[in-house]
Amino acid sequence: MPSTSSLAVMDYGMGNLRSVANAVRKVAPDVEVLVSSKPEDILAADRVIFPGVGAIRDCMAEILAAGFDQVVAEVSQSKPMLAICVGMQALLSHSAENNGVDCLGLFEGDVKLFPGGEDAQGAALKVPHMGWNTVEQTVAHPLWEGIENHARFYFVHSYYVMPDNKALLAGTSDYGVPFAAALAKDNVFATQFHPEKSHTSGLQLLHNFVQWSGEC
Amino acid sequence: MSLAKRIIPCLDVDKGRVVKGVRFVDIRDAGDPVEVARRYNEQGADEITFLDITASHEERDTTYRTVEKMSEQVFIPLTVGGGVRKLEDIRNLLNAGADKVSINTTAIHNPEFVREASERFGSQCTVVAIDAKRVDTDDGSLRWEIFTHGGRRPTGIDAVEWAVRMANYGAGELLLTSMDKDGTKDGFNLPLTRAVSDAVNIPVIASGGVGNLEHLAQGVLEGHADAVLAASIFHFGEYTVQQAKDHMASRGIVVR
Repeated sequence: MPSTSSLAVMDYGMGNLRSVANAVRKVAPDVEVLVSSKPEDILAADRVIFPGVGAIRDCMAEILAAGFDQVVAEVSQSKPMLAICVGMQALLSHSAENNGVDCLGLFEGDVKLFPGGEDAQGAALKVPHMGWNTVEQTVAHPLWEGIENHARFYFVHSYYVMPDNKALLAGTSDYGVPFAAALAKDNVFATQFHPEKSHTSGLQLLHNFVQWSGEC
Repeated sequence: MSLAKRIIPCLDVDKGRVVKGVRFVDIRDAGDPVEVARRYNEQGADEITFLDITASHEERDTTYRTVEKMSEQVFIPLTVGGGVRKLEDIRNLLNAGADKVSINTTAIHNPEFVREASERFGSQCTVVAIDAKRVDTDDGSLRWEIFTHGGRRPTGIDAVEWAVRMANYGAGELLLTSMDKDGTKDGFNLPLTRAVSDAVNIPVIASGGVGNLEHLAQGVLEGHADAVLAASIFHFGEYTVQQAKDHMASRGIVVR
């Protein structure tokens, strides 16, 4: 990888982007990391992280206001992209959160509220799903390189994705219902968990992302 | 496999130094917060909680700088609380690198603040801290009230009812401290923890009173806590986080 490689973190005014940038700088000190709200910066970078926290209605409103819907459409055709948490959910067709919000539709499927209830031992499955859960790697993928299957990653979310097209799945997890922990299609990889908050395994995934050509 | 129960070392920070109050009064110095947090990160802590107990608001910049430095070195979730009064305070802490922000006294004075915070920043980063203390009842039944000012001032608010209300207002997590137990090292207040945890459908962190590793296990097994928080047993080298995890695993608790 050339030392001039650049990575842009899409900034659309929603929450903590410092953690993502810090984690990438930690694993890839040679990569130029830019947190930017300017579409031209995102389009000029070699690779792109599409983060997201908070509620989907506000996120989608900010994404559209920043013109990032078109940026995501273009990046998804041209360079490695990693979408995280609500960033991943925003790539689906529609979310049930906030009484229903249309999303970017890069991946077909709906984002739904966890049903809650109890686990097999009778313990409450509280919502949000918050903490460290295991991820089963359902496909071999360059971003799983060096990460043990069933490693634990940090999740915090109340809504989940399970696409109809199972070919999109890269990893699954379980919280009363099986759900997508990661989705992958061509040069796009998306995680429901937060790699930047998932210690060794998360940092390894980010390391893999900055090395990734975008091919599977 | 399932979601792991979390072990959360807590850093009480005063003017940029980790301290540990016993019953929120006596203070012992336990080091530089960034160094302490990094040590727990390496030991396998599941999260870090940082409570700014500095009394004066002028010291806020020290807190932001400490959080910034911590987020450059610690790649696990970081909750920051203490002195959060305005939405602007939450925004500043998130921008400094906090993942969750804990609201305490402001929620009592203005419960709507919790709703505003969760609507603006999301439930996932809105933690409500509850400091509860046992109060006498006519029939001898168990009842706990919310106390402020380090456990000195009663509010008359029932702790379990308050927990339910805060969850309804959009809190994503509760940090529940027993003011009777804090600093005593004789274990969590298990009836309180269980009453609150069973009453709400959001995660509850048990806090206050941990003196040994079995106390942590009891918090989960008997208190039904989703996460257990401790300070002094880790700060002064009595136990490592890994030892805590090993013990909890030996009691059949799923840990990372």
